[in-house]
Amino acid sequence: MSAKAPLPRPGATLDITDAVCPLTFVKAKVALEDLEAGQVISIRLNDGEPAQNLPRSLKDEGHAVLGLTDNGDGTFALLVRKGPA
Amino acid sequence: MGLSDGDLERYSRHIILREIGVGGQRRLLAGKVLVIGAGGLGSPAAMYLAAAGVGEIGLADGDEVDLSNLQRQIAHSTADIGRPKVQSAAETLEALNPGVRVNRHPGRVTAADILDLVARYDFVLDGTDNFPAKFLINDACVIAGKPFSHAGIIRFRGQLTTYLPGRGPCYRCLFVQPPPPEAVPSCRQAGVVGALAGVIGCLQALEAIKFLAGLGGLLCGRLLTFDALSMAFREIRVPVRENCAVCGPDPTILRPSDHEMAACGLGE
Repeated sequence: MSAKAPLPRPGATLDITDAVCPLTFVKAKVALEDLEAGQVISIRLNDGEPAQNLPRSLKDEGHAVLGLTDNGDGTFALLVRKGPA
Repeated sequence: MGLSDGDLERYSRHIILREIGVGGQRRLLAGKVLVIGAGGLGSPAAMYLAAAGVGEIGLADGDEVDLSNLQRQIAHSTADIGRPKVQSAAETLEALNPGVRVNRHPGRVTAADILDLVARYDFVLDGTDNFPAKFLINDACVIAGKPFSHAGIIRFRGQLTTYLPGRGPCYRCLFVQPPPPEAVPSCRQAGVVGALAGVIGCLQALEAIKFLAGLGGLLCGRLLTFDALSMAFREIRVPVRENCAVCGPDPTILRPSDHEMAACGLGE
């Protein structure tokens, strides 16, 4: 991932800091199913297991992980572009 | 159909599966399955259908719970002895998943009412223990164009196959007509190992779930047999019988009929 290219603005947001595995993934998956292919969503998630596993799980589903940004408060912002159906 | 947070959590292990996902779970929630026979096969099948969130489950059975049923008919408990099986099993399903609707169809299904009954559902599961009922269900489902799962168990062996209208053989293609009553040991006369009912009933539930969710390959044109003693599954390819009396091009069976019940109507 290039550090230079600006990240796209998300068209949707989701907060899953109140969920634990595997509901973190389930909620992200449901939110992505409501989007069109190519749309971008910003997902707020907790440090630790969600930040480690969710990007990998969403890649496995065929989505593109554009970036993971530390919010500085123990949470991260995960930017994901929905893959082709 | 919206999924509540509770639904997302309850069905999370389905939704995680790429093959099911939210779409497949929504199809299960919108699905309607009729389980005929709330006994050894119907108990585990209906329980897994309820757990899976199949939106509407019909239970049809005319029997009452007997002490000798409890070795394999796990939808019923000792406290249910003497109660109608549809009532006992319905309460088990409702306790397991209050989100599903359970329809009670008490009384033995007959030629007079089976067409109206199967018309209300997407898929039928034959969990009966006698040949007349199996032929009745087959003929009704073929005539109504309704997919169904056939299964049978005895001693240590079980078998199942799935009928899909217009896409494969029906039960009558495999077995032209019921065997003579004296040739048939029923579950009442022949033993059956209880857990075998769980194996085969769960396979039937899987067929219904896959049909509703629209995934995988069904046992259409294939008879799957299981021998619990040798722990071996075997698959037998079964062709369409060209001159089948009910699903053939020139059928002679145009409406379901009640066959002689002597085969295992003993004591009923």
